Amino acid sequence: MRTPLGHVRGLGAAKAGTEHFWMQRMTAVANLPLTLFFVAVVVALSGSSHAGATAMLGTPWIAIPMLLLTLSVTFHMRIGMQVIIEDYVHDELLKPIAIMANSFFAVAVGLASVFALLKISFGV
Amino acid sequence: MDSPKAAPSAARPLSPHLQIYRPMLSMMMSIVHRITGGALYFGTALIAIWLVAAASGPSAFATIQEIYGSIPGLLVLFFYTWALIHHALGGVRHLIWDTGHGFEPRERELLYRLTLGGSIVLTLLIWTVGYAVRGGAG
Repeated sequence: MRTPLGHVRGLGAAKAGTEHFWMQRMTAVANLPLTLFFVAVVVALSGSSHAGATAMLGTPWIAIPMLLLTLSVTFHMRIGMQVIIEDYVHDELLKPIAIMANSFFAVAVGLASVFALLKISFGV
Repeated sequence: MDSPKAAPSAARPLSPHLQIYRPMLSMMMSIVHRITGGALYFGTALIAIWLVAAASGPSAFATIQEIYGSIPGLLVLFFYTWALIHHALGGVRHLIWDTGHGFEPRERELLYRLTLGGSIVLTLLIWTVGYAVRGGAG
């Protein structure tokens, strides 16, 4: 005989205890300075030409924080959307599909951004 | 044995849910934090597309710049900026709460007002500077 508490202890909807909570907070803290930096870059690039934009995005001191931002943001948004899915999608088939699609989207956005930033930086 | 999902045999009282409450700043801000997070999630695709266009070459970049620079494009980017700042300030509020501070009624109200007011002021400031830079670039 297992009590309802015994069923859920240490698991929860995410099946991973407090790991998600901690990663959510850690990436949130990382996102703050990186987002400020990103907004400054976009403002500085407003109305610039392709040559101007790629020259700026390709310098290491712009490209490296942009890569860090991509990593931190895509991680953060994947966790966040998973929480939203777990709150509203209860269908036993739809829920794992939505959680998978969430990961696919986050990885696709992250990898496309990283590839583009590296290509701009290395100029191939 | 009883499954937690089994239908209750008696009509037990349920805890009150959203529709019971008068809308308050606290709950509206909580809802908006989630909505802005969801919007930003899909908005990251716009940034990825912009970066990929820049990596692809001048003509792809010009196309994307034209779409993003159109009236609907600018509107989306304006609200994206607001959602980003609002969600970031809301995140700071949550980080303050994580330390155990800011839970008194007056402190909570102040934090909500700072989040909302700050998001509007900062968004307008960012766009003003953006247009000044654009004007400077000719």
